[in-house]
Amino acid sequence: MASRVAVIGVGQTKHGHRNDASQADLVSDAVQAALENAELNIRDIDAVVTGNMELLDGNYLSDMWLVDGDGAYMKSGVRVSGGGTSGQKVFDTAVKYVASGLFDTALAIAYSKMREGPIQWSIKMINEDHFCDLGRGGGPAWSVIQRIAEDLLDRKSVTEEHIAQLRVQQAENGIRNPYTHLKRKFTVEEVMASPEFAPPVRMLHVPPVSDGACAVLVASEETAKKISKNPAWVIDTVSVHAGAYNIGLGNAAYTMKDPRLGLPWCWGTAQSCLKLYKRNGITDPAKELDVIEMYAPSPWVEVAYCENFLVCEKGKAWKMIETGQTAITGEIPVNPSGGVLSYHPLGASALLRVAEAAIQVRGEGGDRQVPNVKVAMAVSEGGDNYGMATLLKKSL
Amino acid sequence: MTERVGIVAVAQTKYEADKERQNFGEMVREVVDKVVAETGLKYEDQEPNDFAIDKIVSCSEDYWDCANISDIRTHAEMGGFAMDEIKVSADGAQAAFLATLNILAGHANVVLVVAHRKESITTASIIENAAFDPIYQRPLGLDFRSAAALQAQRYKDKYEINQEQWAKAVVRDRKNAQNNPYALGLPPLTTADVLDSRMLVYPLRLLDCKPPSDGACAMILAREDIAKKITDKPVWVTGMGNCYDAHYLGDRDLGDCDALVMAANRAYKMAGVSNPLKDIDVAEISADYSYQELLWMEGLGFCDRGKAGQLIDDGITEADGELPINLSGGTLAGSPGGVAGLARVADLVLQLRGEAGAGQAKSLKTGVAHGVTGQCGQSHCVIILGN
Repeated sequence: MASRVAVIGVGQTKHGHRNDASQADLVSDAVQAALENAELNIRDIDAVVTGNMELLDGNYLSDMWLVDGDGAYMKSGVRVSGGGTSGQKVFDTAVKYVASGLFDTALAIAYSKMREGPIQWSIKMINEDHFCDLGRGGGPAWSVIQRIAEDLLDRKSVTEEHIAQLRVQQAENGIRNPYTHLKRKFTVEEVMASPEFAPPVRMLHVPPVSDGACAVLVASEETAKKISKNPAWVIDTVSVHAGAYNIGLGNAAYTMKDPRLGLPWCWGTAQSCLKLYKRNGITDPAKELDVIEMYAPSPWVEVAYCENFLVCEKGKAWKMIETGQTAITGEIPVNPSGGVLSYHPLGASALLRVAEAAIQVRGEGGDRQVPNVKVAMAVSEGGDNYGMATLLKKSL
Repeated sequence: MTERVGIVAVAQTKYEADKERQNFGEMVREVVDKVVAETGLKYEDQEPNDFAIDKIVSCSEDYWDCANISDIRTHAEMGGFAMDEIKVSADGAQAAFLATLNILAGHANVVLVVAHRKESITTASIIENAAFDPIYQRPLGLDFRSAAALQAQRYKDKYEINQEQWAKAVVRDRKNAQNNPYALGLPPLTTADVLDSRMLVYPLRLLDCKPPSDGACAMILAREDIAKKITDKPVWVTGMGNCYDAHYLGDRDLGDCDALVMAANRAYKMAGVSNPLKDIDVAEISADYSYQELLWMEGLGFCDRGKAGQLIDDGITEADGELPINLSGGTLAGSPGGVAGLARVADLVLQLRGEAGAGQAKSLKTGVAHGVTGQCGQSHCVIILGN
């Protein structure tokens, strides 16, 4: 019998340069933290789902080595992946295991130890067409951010100073989160003076490279109601992928047709949110959502998302920033966790968005807690092609 | 919510040693086109209806695809635009498993599954070595074949199994493969051929080992009521199970396969199978090496531990035997890793639909398909089908 699903436990490691731990160690720590949070034992877990981007971490069939660390020994499970959305796909797969009615509990685990793999080469090759671009450069991730930035500036939706303000806002959020890699206040001047490596994109506009792991425990409705004091209900997940892998070609063609969308990028991610809203009767997300955790690898992308997710008016994102609409005290806090600009274990980042959304719904956010969270959305994007949005609620 | 999931169409490419005329996407397109054409299904658009494909589960691995987030590369060929797609990075049977979960959960109605791999692109050892933990085992230079050799030796020592019995399984598979138009097309063998073939890694000889191949496999699974509308010959998923074993070779008794026993038991329980040898009519097993045919037979409960050799000697698993195994020829007759478990499901579907041509067995009601991932079968997936 199919079942509704709730998050009943969340765990993560301290993210950063973890020379003190192997990949299996990081995963083990996250799993133990999740079990402690749920007050359960590994024996209570029926299935273990893992995911990462294996070229980033330098291991083939990476779930095999991790069995010792993640407790999957003699348990059901599988490894899935999906670029930047990997962590959220892991979560969604764990949800499917439980929602099917065949398993009562499942662990979703995602992690990264990117400094042990060839990062820039791996990311760059995402955008390379095997036939046309190989060897000629494709496009590193920041080339997408660069084009988003140019477009936002052209349409005067923001100025560089607004972007710096958003960066400062994320840094302030990050300081309140005990798990983040970067814990440093920045000033607007510092951000605007940081080296420009792909104009107008600056060093402080992009995430750090972090190691870390996250584990989220989900349970069936019956089990959650029986054993959890504090379930966060998984209401819906929508995933929409765009088409062509040549950055811009497929996306541009399709977003131009939709007047609600501000930019020719992030089509899949935007569609995931719009479809999620439609399926769940949300017409004014800025009012009806209490918090959004979004995997935005730059304040430029954060702005593009806010426009595309209907959080702010298309072309007028500067208003949102000047009024503090997305600050932790604002109408619709974005990334109270500090977001990936504060910590970026890439394979885990999408799961961390779900985890932080669950933490907010469960009221376990400590210094980063937004008051009275009843509805939270977690969003991630992979390779500018994959999008995913998950809706969590305090009650069914 | 649905209680049953049906497989409504399957397709495979011919497996070849080197598909130089097709890239990854073209292989995927070939099999996806076939199942979509056979069922007449459309893909979900903004106005979903019950007869549309509303989810894709792809199956491949970044290392073998030579690309990061490799499902992007074949996304268009899967028909993936605007679709919900997820990539399973494990053996293909796991993809069918996840597709079934989606439908049982009520999160999807019709799921397209497609697996592909080109083993011709590189020497497997280079990739396989990276599957071992980087601290202790990888620096030893282990690959799946050398690990399998350790397992083969342990299995031989632990039980009264001999290499002639392994060879008989290879001979049987190669003979059966002559009737499978998708198999590699390798010639039939005698046990002497196998036992005299070149020693690769003691005690495994050349003909004890799976030959590398290129190919793809696709299938469509649907909710029961929809499945019945799409085809008059749906094949039902009646049970399934998967399970991980320990990673470090020294943490396991390699002569056993506890994870397979666990996976099989879960599947049998769901399907109401209490005596596998009697209740199962036909089996498709993923054995990359000859001895694994026997070891996995024991894990699947067809006989007691260490007794698979007897089943082989008694002809029980021959095409005209009580429990025919690998009528398709199985993995040893050529299907690439990663695709293999899904191909086993596809071959089983053909048998249960009565569409296996010259290789068709009679009076089939229930079959078991099996897939394996990782060194020495670290993870197993068992799917039971019924018509």
